[in-house]
Amino acid sequence: MTLHQAAIFERIRIHGGRVIDPANNIDEQQDLYIADGTIQATGNTPDGFTADRSIDASGCIVCPGLIDLYANLREPGQEHKATIASESHAAASGGITTLCCPPDTQPVIDTPAVVELIRLRAESAGLCRVLTIGALTRGLQGEQLSEMSALLNAGCVGVSNARNPVSNTMVERRALEYAATFGITVFLFPNDHWLSGSGCAHEGAVATRLGLPGIPETAETVAVARDLALIEQTGIQAHFCRLTTNRAVRMVARAQFDGLPVTADCSLPHLYLTEIDLSDFDSNCHVLPPLRTVEDRLGLRNGLANRTISVICSDHQPHEEDAKARPFPETEPGISGLETLLPLSLRLADEGILTLSEAIQRLTAGPATVMGLPYGTLSRGASADICIFDPDAVWQLVPETMLSRGRNTPFMGWQLKGRVTNTLLQGRLVFSRNAG
Amino acid sequence: MTRDNSLQVDKDGNLRHFLCIRGLTSNLLTDILDAAESFAGVTEQTVKKVPLLRGKTIVNLFFEASTRTRTTFELAAKRLSADVLNISVAVSSTVKGESLMDTLSNLEAMHVDMFVVRHAESGSAHFIARNVAPHISVINAGDGRHAHPTQAMLDMFTIRRTKGKDFGRLRVAIVGDILHSRVARSQIHALNLLNTGEVRIVAPKTLIPAHAETLGVHIFHDLEEGIRDADVIMMLRLQNERMEGALLPSEQEYFQLFGLTEDKLTSAKPDVTVMHPGPINRGVEMDSIVADGPRSVILQQVSHGIAVRMAVMSMAMRRVGMGGERN
Repeated sequence: MTLHQAAIFERIRIHGGRVIDPANNIDEQQDLYIADGTIQATGNTPDGFTADRSIDASGCIVCPGLIDLYANLREPGQEHKATIASESHAAASGGITTLCCPPDTQPVIDTPAVVELIRLRAESAGLCRVLTIGALTRGLQGEQLSEMSALLNAGCVGVSNARNPVSNTMVERRALEYAATFGITVFLFPNDHWLSGSGCAHEGAVATRLGLPGIPETAETVAVARDLALIEQTGIQAHFCRLTTNRAVRMVARAQFDGLPVTADCSLPHLYLTEIDLSDFDSNCHVLPPLRTVEDRLGLRNGLANRTISVICSDHQPHEEDAKARPFPETEPGISGLETLLPLSLRLADEGILTLSEAIQRLTAGPATVMGLPYGTLSRGASADICIFDPDAVWQLVPETMLSRGRNTPFMGWQLKGRVTNTLLQGRLVFSRNAG
Repeated sequence: MTRDNSLQVDKDGNLRHFLCIRGLTSNLLTDILDAAESFAGVTEQTVKKVPLLRGKTIVNLFFEASTRTRTTFELAAKRLSADVLNISVAVSSTVKGESLMDTLSNLEAMHVDMFVVRHAESGSAHFIARNVAPHISVINAGDGRHAHPTQAMLDMFTIRRTKGKDFGRLRVAIVGDILHSRVARSQIHALNLLNTGEVRIVAPKTLIPAHAETLGVHIFHDLEEGIRDADVIMMLRLQNERMEGALLPSEQEYFQLFGLTEDKLTSAKPDVTVMHPGPINRGVEMDSIVADGPRSVILQQVSHGIAVRMAVMSMAMRRVGMGGERN
């Protein structure tokens, strides 16, 4: 994204904070100098630098702006749920400076025009960089290839069939081969739609008790096995979106060990919640793929710690109230997650799953590497995308203070620790929380 | 669990909604059975009405077709002297949610006192109970595959009348499509809550849900083994559409393996009681000779259904409708 606002770029000094930049292995108290929208220096003041603005980051952590690999913004097509502007605001308040928008908008992102539309809307909001993932098949129908080259030229950073199945294995093979032609990263949702069927909960003890149609573990593992075989054959750079089962994590780890170019992410809710959280039909826990077992949650946490899973994403899916005000199986799946991405990731450090630097890495350098993006780092010359947060601020998630239009979150009422104070995008202050 | 509990029962332990067996206490189940016993007397008299719910309006809100259950709920309400409104809501798959909320608020505006709800989706009764005005009571008449608690209670009532109050010495086998059955789930919870000696489920593996053993049952895949020395056999209805979902090859093969015949019945106790929630697919789940035979209590189940529903309705309404007033 190019914001043609060079003239108004401020020279900013961020002082007194603890700088954590996992990409450069930095974790120390330093000052940060920004000019022309880029990082000029860390540590010593560059020659002749005079700040137009100083940001006091005492007691705070200064890290690269977060990159969310997968966030549904609902625009175009479902503006009754959310808009790019509303969700950009929520993202900025959560320290997120780059969002990847999946192709399952209406219309689908399978033409350069839709890519352009989203970019223009995001630029006009000006609060967050919004990147697009193009459709792998036309209309996400799983039948014809999309015009991947055109999508790539229009700015797409990858292709995916989102949550829509590619049932025909030959079509998937051809789509991967065609994508490999251009070196595009393919984002795969491992889900055998025959096995998941009309299920809405993990096929296990809880679904059995509640009488909810189940989605077996094999819906994921069968698809991962199929995808891995095709990835090996086509030589594509592939990324698995939303692993949820321990077995799938182990399969991906094995493939990585064997040298396959595959990466993986998991969504934040799956790192905390399990099937047990459904127990009184809480529709805010209706997500796809579903919340799994305690063992699966542990498997995801281990995979995150040993880098099999290199990215935590919000899997943000904002909904209007009505979408969740129905009997459980009829509710729309998904959780509004932008505003809990940072604090709940930090909690992994509190719980000893990751170090603080590792937690930040999975939200910055981790996704940047997967996408091949120059962001998620505080290197000299990098875009000044910065998240400043108070790691000790304790706050409660309540609907009134959420900025996303979707208030659908099972974490409502949770005490969270760690809160963003300032967010900078390309050297511009796009969010600032007043103290108190 | 605890939230289920607080949803169904008030702080004094009285029934508020009747949504599922799970979360209730064995004492409360016994109270329901005792109350049903006294109402069974009423339904056997020539004057079949008691004035307990006079002036109350009960809505039978059925989002799924049903004749038997709706009829017995209607009769139960009328014998309690309540006014009854039957509403069958045809649902189109796209606008179900909106119409459900809208239907509820429209009916609430008519000052009704109780909803008896049947719906094709699991969790519907909980959803409705959470969203109705506080003075309205909700009775679950079957939600998806989740629960059908009044059916389970009429089954418990039938067992108690046939076998006596001590469930501890009973071996009960539930046979058939456990996977899709709300009846089976409620029966299993009720039997376990009443300390039944052994609860078994019998079905091919395609009709047993994942981790079924966590429900507190022993699993069998052979009918004769499963009903060996059983005191009670509870058959389940097999829906025709199960053949289409590649769950079973044919009705013939199912009957051959899991259909209850006089011959198979010899492995159960001689005084075994055979039950079925109806309607029966004769020649699929069981032989007509068994269904109409001396061990069958299938028709008693139907008439017990009225007494049990009177008990549940009056207990839930007594709390809601008359404040603290209790007998």
